[in-house]
Amino acid sequence: MKKLCPAVLFLGLFQLFFLCPASAAPPGQKSASLQIKGSDTMVNLGQAWAEAFNAIHSNVNVAVTGGGSGTGIAALINGTCDIAESSRAVEEKEIKQAEAKGIRFNQETVALDGIAVVVHPSNPIKNLTMDQLREIFMGNIKNWKILGGPDWPIVLLSREVNSGTHIFFKEHVLRRGKKKAQEEFSPGALMMPSSYAIAEEVANNENTIGYYGMGYISPRQKVIAVAKDAQSPFVEPTLQAVRTNAYPISRPLYLYTNGTPKGVVKEFIDFAYSKEGQEIVNKTDFVPIK
Amino acid sequence: MAKLRKFKEAIIEKLIFLSGIASIVFVALIFIFLLREGISVLRSTSLGAFLGGKFWYPISDPPKLGILPLILGSLLVTLGAIAMAVPLGIAAAFYIAEVAPSRLRNILKSFVEILSAIPSVVLGFLGITILVPFLKRFLDLPTGLTAFAGSIMLAFMAMPTIISISEDAINAVPREYKEGAIALGATHWQTLHRVIIHGALPGIIAAAMLGIGRVFGETMAVMMVTGNAAVIPNSLFEPVRTLTATIAAEMGEAAKGSPHYNALFAIGIVLFVISFLINLTADLFLNRSRRR
Repeated sequence: MKKLCPAVLFLGLFQLFFLCPASAAPPGQKSASLQIKGSDTMVNLGQAWAEAFNAIHSNVNVAVTGGGSGTGIAALINGTCDIAESSRAVEEKEIKQAEAKGIRFNQETVALDGIAVVVHPSNPIKNLTMDQLREIFMGNIKNWKILGGPDWPIVLLSREVNSGTHIFFKEHVLRRGKKKAQEEFSPGALMMPSSYAIAEEVANNENTIGYYGMGYISPRQKVIAVAKDAQSPFVEPTLQAVRTNAYPISRPLYLYTNGTPKGVVKEFIDFAYSKEGQEIVNKTDFVPIK
Repeated sequence: MAKLRKFKEAIIEKLIFLSGIASIVFVALIFIFLLREGISVLRSTSLGAFLGGKFWYPISDPPKLGILPLILGSLLVTLGAIAMAVPLGIAAAFYIAEVAPSRLRNILKSFVEILSAIPSVVLGFLGITILVPFLKRFLDLPTGLTAFAGSIMLAFMAMPTIISISEDAINAVPREYKEGAIALGATHWQTLHRVIIHGALPGIIAAAMLGIGRVFGETMAVMMVTGNAAVIPNSLFEPVRTLTATIAAEMGEAAKGSPHYNALFAIGIVLFVISFLINLTADLFLNRSRRR
């Protein structure tokens, strides 16, 4: 009996290691993998989509990584990812590179990003032009009085440099979309670790002005209506205004694929467009397209 | 059998030796790693421009990698915290060691320990919701997110270190000194501030230095309440950005091998060197107090 024991044990272990996994995964169901790469702004959105997508298609292994829109597009050109997330449209240069490798970009606009500029509810300032915003955040206008408000010092609130919102605001508002521009946030701008921290400080401090994704808008902060230039009307960041591109601080968010999406890639993009997918867009503080 | 025992002992001896020098090895490895990753920052900026530059725009093209505002921010917050924590901590240590009745002493000691056990992020959370709005209203500042708020948070964190080590130093003063002073007709107070404080001074200085070290390296609570604006501060009542908060806030997204990434490691070297100097000073004083 004593000699038998190890044999039994061995058999048991054998079963544990080799037989159990085989019975857990029914044969015949192939697992597929999906590589998604690109925009840091969209990385959370992509991950939320991937999780929900995985709940339906448990056999698909979805990996989402950031690195920036350019990184994602480059990976798509090099064939190291299936879907590139991008917060900007592909450039002429990239299209040429892709053609050289036999890749044709297919662009899907899956969500919109709108950035709201907010002040304390007691601040009488309601409207600002893009130029005024630029002067404020570069530190050239230091008091609300200059803008026709009360004699309060302006306290600038910005996100940290690693935030996509920070980068978008800098490129779009401070640098007016010019690539080679050198404008920076005022060094005196307070760098807040999260949109929540900005919302809190704006709600508690009448001197502040800050910006965050539209999803954070609440009655505890007052949203500023922004005009493209002095001649244009002032527009509040509503879903409608972002969708019709009437609100100046907004941008579409894209998924890029190689050619018309097929198979798992198509399933994922269809999911992003679906009701559930668009709800996730809303939850991750972006604007759904429908 | 004797041979086996000898062999066993030799093994155990070696193991203990290894454990003993492990910390030296770790420190050396950490420093080498920091140096390897951080030194390449000199490819994108000079040492003078790195340590003395006034602008920190790490992701711009070309990046501006000046950490002078960050160094000054860290120093200012630390100085503010020490100015509050050292006198309070030493006074508390004297009270606990010499004045308080023994039951109260035990209660106080356990509360000091609890204070040291509060996670810094919790203190930071309290800071941002209670202290920051209060400072703004009370001192009529443009914003409560200032170096001063950070100093108050850090003073709380440094107090337990300062109290426990000072108290040990006070207790280590030979009993004869105290008895001698009282026998000569000195009052309790005179004994305290003329005799015991002198005996305990090196230990108290070491306590303060260790408190400074604790404060200088603290990250989370400071990041939450100081506003993190990379400007050269003119007073305690302005926002500052510290070295530690910069690393914590930016490390996650810095592309590996970029000038920004290297600069963050170089900040790590600066932190390492400053902390090393602080601890060295503390050790010197601690040794002197033990030799007495």
